Amino acid sequence: MSHSHTDQEAHNAEAMAEIKKVTIILSIFTIVELILGFWMISLTSEGLILAIKGTIVILMMAKAFYIVAYFMHLKHEVKNLIMTIVVPLSLFVWFIGAFLWDGSSFRNLRNKYNPYFKEQATIKVEKKEHGAAKHEATDAKHEVAPAAKHETIGTSHETAKPEVEPYY
Amino acid sequence: MSTTTTASPNEAKLWEGGKSPFNSEYGKVMMWYFLMSDAFTFGAFLISYGTVRFSTNGWPNSNEVFKSFPFAPEGVNAPLVFVSIMTFILIISSVTMVLAVHAGKNMDKQGVVRNMILTIIGGIAFLSCQAWEWNHLFHEGAWWGANPFLNADGTASTTNFTNFFFTITGFHGFHVFSGVVINIIMLIMTLLDKFEQRGHYLMIEKAGLYWHFVDLVWVFVFTIFYLL
Repeated sequence: MSHSHTDQEAHNAEAMAEIKKVTIILSIFTIVELILGFWMISLTSEGLILAIKGTIVILMMAKAFYIVAYFMHLKHEVKNLIMTIVVPLSLFVWFIGAFLWDGSSFRNLRNKYNPYFKEQATIKVEKKEHGAAKHEATDAKHEVAPAAKHETIGTSHETAKPEVEPYY
Repeated sequence: MSTTTTASPNEAKLWEGGKSPFNSEYGKVMMWYFLMSDAFTFGAFLISYGTVRFSTNGWPNSNEVFKSFPFAPEGVNAPLVFVSIMTFILIISSVTMVLAVHAGKNMDKQGVVRNMILTIIGGIAFLSCQAWEWNHLFHEGAWWGANPFLNADGTASTTNFTNFFFTITGFHGFHVFSGVVINIIMLIMTLLDKFEQRGHYLMIEKAGLYWHFVDLVWVFVFTIFYLL
């Protein structure tokens, strides 16, 4: 009886040590991610930014592994159960690869064959005033009538500055 | 749990009947399969975000969009600060959830109650942060179908950015909300001694799986929207 009691205590201490370890690992990974994120703000080199983004993705996957394996306890389950969860999820490897490739290919095709799409990405526009944007969002209904009026009058100010419509 | 032996299951005899081949309770296995399907839903959302971002020439700079902080003066430039607080709130609430599950395994009612309360507080704190951020972005003119932000290079941006942001963080926030509701129900059941009567705290483990999944999704959402 006393044997199983000490066994239980040893198991408890082990479990608590694991929780503590995983908490520290998750916190450190998050802090490193944030440091990299702050560092990235001041950078301009495309290659370096891409390398940091890759590092952040690796840290993200590591955090996901620690949460699933230890917090969700999957590592301590029977192998068959682990496999029924992990094997279907491996479809994501194909999903991510195929869809991101498709997206990037669509952009290249549009830049090549749709001159408007390409041109639109080179026209700089003014950022809307903070107050104006706020007004527009909250009072969208009130905005409709005056906007329509402006259009019919066609002030010089309106015609001089053509709206650049974003192209999807 | 009570029907299975604690000895390491013999691989050969696992499927010959008489014992649970997964050495796990039915509800827990089903929770895993539900979470797997939910992972595909979130995965589909995030991959479609990635696809659209990859097919667009410019994209808003997240450090410019998410630079505000509650009670800070207008125009403060504090990128990543608020979202890092949100991230740590969710990580800590995930840790208290693990501690609640651990206390449940030891039939420690007081431990379960204390850690469930802390988890619920963490969940509500996260939801409050998200409510503030949504409200703030809305007052800047961002909403589904409205994007006041420019691309990082100063060109006009599409509404794809805000559409995906509000849809995905909204879907995640709804998961957090349902997680908080589930945790409150678990807390009430614990206080009513339901689990003491059953002789096990397996329901806390299942609620814990769901809560950890919510934290797991936030790891991805946080990285993809705020860091990349």
